[in-house]
Amino acid sequence: MEKNQIHRQVALLRQSLFDQGFIDEQFVQLEELQDDTNPKFVEEVVTLYYRDSTRLIVCIEQALDKNPLDFNKLDSLMHQFKGSSSSIGARKVTAESTQFREYCKAGNGEGCMRSFQQMKKEYITLKKKLETYFQLARQVGPLDSTSRPN
Amino acid sequence: MNQSGGKGSMLTSSRKSNEVVLDQFPAGLRVLVVDDDPTCLKIVEKMLRTCHYEVTTCNRAESALASLQANRNGFDIVISDVHMPDMDGFKLLERIGLEMDLPVIMMSADDGKQVVMKGVTHGACDYLIKPIRIEELKNIWQHVVRKRKNEWKELEQSVSIEDGGDRMQKQFEDVDYSSSANEVGNWKSSKRRKDEEDEFEDKDDTSTLKKPRVVWSVELHQQFVAAVNQLGIDKAVPKKILELMNVPGLTRENVASHLQKYRLYLRRLSGVPQHQGGINASFMGTQDATFSPISSLTGLDLRALAVAGQLPAQRLSTLQAMSFARSSPKSGQPVPMVDQRNVFSFNNSKFKTGEGQLQQPNLGSNNQMNLLHGIPTTMEPKQLAELHQSFENMSNMQASVSPSNSPLMHRGSVRFPPNMSQTLMSNGLPGGLLPRCMPAGNGRGLGGYTNPVSQTTSSASLTFPMNHGPELSGSNSFPPLGSPPGIPSLTQKGPSKEDIPVNSDAKGSTTGGILPGYYLPNDLQQFQSNDWELQNVGLAFNSPQNTSSLTGNLENAAPLFVQQGISSGSMRNSSSGGGSKGSFVEGSHHQNLSSVVNSSVRIKSETVADTSYQNVLYTEHFGQEDLMSALLKQQEGIGPVNPEFDLDGYSVDNIHV
Repeated sequence: MEKNQIHRQVALLRQSLFDQGFIDEQFVQLEELQDDTNPKFVEEVVTLYYRDSTRLIVCIEQALDKNPLDFNKLDSLMHQFKGSSSSIGARKVTAESTQFREYCKAGNGEGCMRSFQQMKKEYITLKKKLETYFQLARQVGPLDSTSRPN
Repeated sequence: MNQSGGKGSMLTSSRKSNEVVLDQFPAGLRVLVVDDDPTCLKIVEKMLRTCHYEVTTCNRAESALASLQANRNGFDIVISDVHMPDMDGFKLLERIGLEMDLPVIMMSADDGKQVVMKGVTHGACDYLIKPIRIEELKNIWQHVVRKRKNEWKELEQSVSIEDGGDRMQKQFEDVDYSSSANEVGNWKSSKRRKDEEDEFEDKDDTSTLKKPRVVWSVELHQQFVAAVNQLGIDKAVPKKILELMNVPGLTRENVASHLQKYRLYLRRLSGVPQHQGGINASFMGTQDATFSPISSLTGLDLRALAVAGQLPAQRLSTLQAMSFARSSPKSGQPVPMVDQRNVFSFNNSKFKTGEGQLQQPNLGSNNQMNLLHGIPTTMEPKQLAELHQSFENMSNMQASVSPSNSPLMHRGSVRFPPNMSQTLMSNGLPGGLLPRCMPAGNGRGLGGYTNPVSQTTSSASLTFPMNHGPELSGSNSFPPLGSPPGIPSLTQKGPSKEDIPVNSDAKGSTTGGILPGYYLPNDLQQFQSNDWELQNVGLAFNSPQNTSSLTGNLENAAPLFVQQGISSGSMRNSSSGGGSKGSFVEGSHHQNLSSVVNSSVRIKSETVADTSYQNVLYTEHFGQEDLMSALLKQQEGIGPVNPEFDLDGYSVDNIHV
């Protein structure tokens, strides 16, 4: 019973992540790749993402500290970051990354800073939510991956 | 009954095994994925495994190349990211195309038109936008099959042209397939053979399909290049090359297919400014079926050839005459003359009047030739050799371009006076025809195009006008650039040097595709808009309204685009006097496109050569309508031009004006 409840909770949490725009269709692609041979695939990928992107974020922060700002470099770093984020389906994070790049192209340093802060917020928020989600999911075992976001 | 039953079952089982074999493909397709992003790498790997492909991953381009080199027949297709720290994805793409000739798919989070175009021009057979979905990966096997198919076709053509097709059969032998693709290959080859039955001497080559691919090592390639140079571009037929090389175990087919690639490469290079004219030069001579060499031969090539003595003086003069004097083309080379004049008139306002329809397209084959004639030996044979050497390391060229190429450039006293005003270069470049591309702010904006181009092209281009001194100066004899080597990128508008963004590559170089660097900055501007339009007309890139379509700074883009189209157009350029092959430097992309188109285009280019290349070219040949339309669209929008010319790594700095 409890398991069912947890199942339901997991499903609801998952659905809410989609509904609130934290994750998108790409996340489903990852879920579909998960199978018996690789039952924790999604979690592994997300963990890998957070580990690797931390490095990028540090680089971006350092670059943002410079004066004058090297927009090309910032753009390039963010481009990489965007690639990763979009690959795991981190929708809001990716959107902010895009915005950041727009500011870079326009040479808008302030815009870059703002957008970066916003992106970081989303990034951390998503991380927490996904951690919760995975913890819960572990308790119930593999979820039915056929449930797609509406 | 039993017997029949037995037979039936036997038949069935044999059929089944065939089916099984075919059904298995594309399972087992061997994919190499290169991406510095571990997250994406992991995801793509998993996706490919889910598609039942065999996956190898690399997070660095260098290690990917090493894997490919170590195991030449070990992979069927490569998927590579565009932005990587140690090597640009496009460079890797070129390297792989040249050295291993595998289909390469690019991927990136960047979906900008220009970048995608760059992928196209560099020879990528597809471009995926991140995030990648598994559906997109499921069908990548088609690129493997398509490539093989085109290789067949190319071989066939070259064979038939050169040897009367009596060896067609052997072509199949030469095509090596990966294990999974072998069945397909076998199936196809046997199918083909049935069609060509009469021509084949022996038919049972199925087994030969599995022949291991010949590894074209640096030494082997050098021997090949030396043989080609020795024979002269126009005489470089696989049979003779093979004889000269005298390498045991090497078959004519191996040489033929490598020659194809080499030509594509040269073509691509010719579009690239920095390119080493030497290499191209060797191909220049080849006017035969493969026209591409010609088209790709930019002034530089011609020059190089001339210098290297590849082009007999007589020939040169003929070429020149052809180009400048509009005399009847020699040996059937399309007479780009008309174009040439136009080209030359670049400098002059004449050009503006559109009189010069940009011959760029033509430049491809004949024009170029003509131009060169007068070219003094700017390039010494040694240089050629150097160039050839660098062929193998093409991708490395960027950096190296300058060193090795610069001599070339300077040779012809390539002067790139910023204002190219009538300073006739000793090379024969009519004054003003200096390869502007380089010096002009093209700098990087051109996407490196400027650099390389200037280096090589300058020399080449410089030489063009030489002969026609008077003509040129008068009419701004801009050598018929169909696709002067690298010039395209260079020509960019003089003025817009600085702001030429990457796209500008296109711009710069081609002030319309004509001779990149030949114009005076001011002139460039002038004709850019108007003339280009005219010129572009030919190029299928749509119509003359390029200028408007050109993006802001890329005014030249239009021409450039055209030019690009030309070069890359190997497909399209056929009209440009055989420029079809790729007068456009893009080379890399040419590979894909070229190979596909080439087969059809090649033939066409020969016929088209005369005049009207402009329009003729592009639209007709390609099988790739999508490409065409895409290109055309681009033309209008002019964005894409640039990508082609963006010769990464080609440093403009090398160009010494």
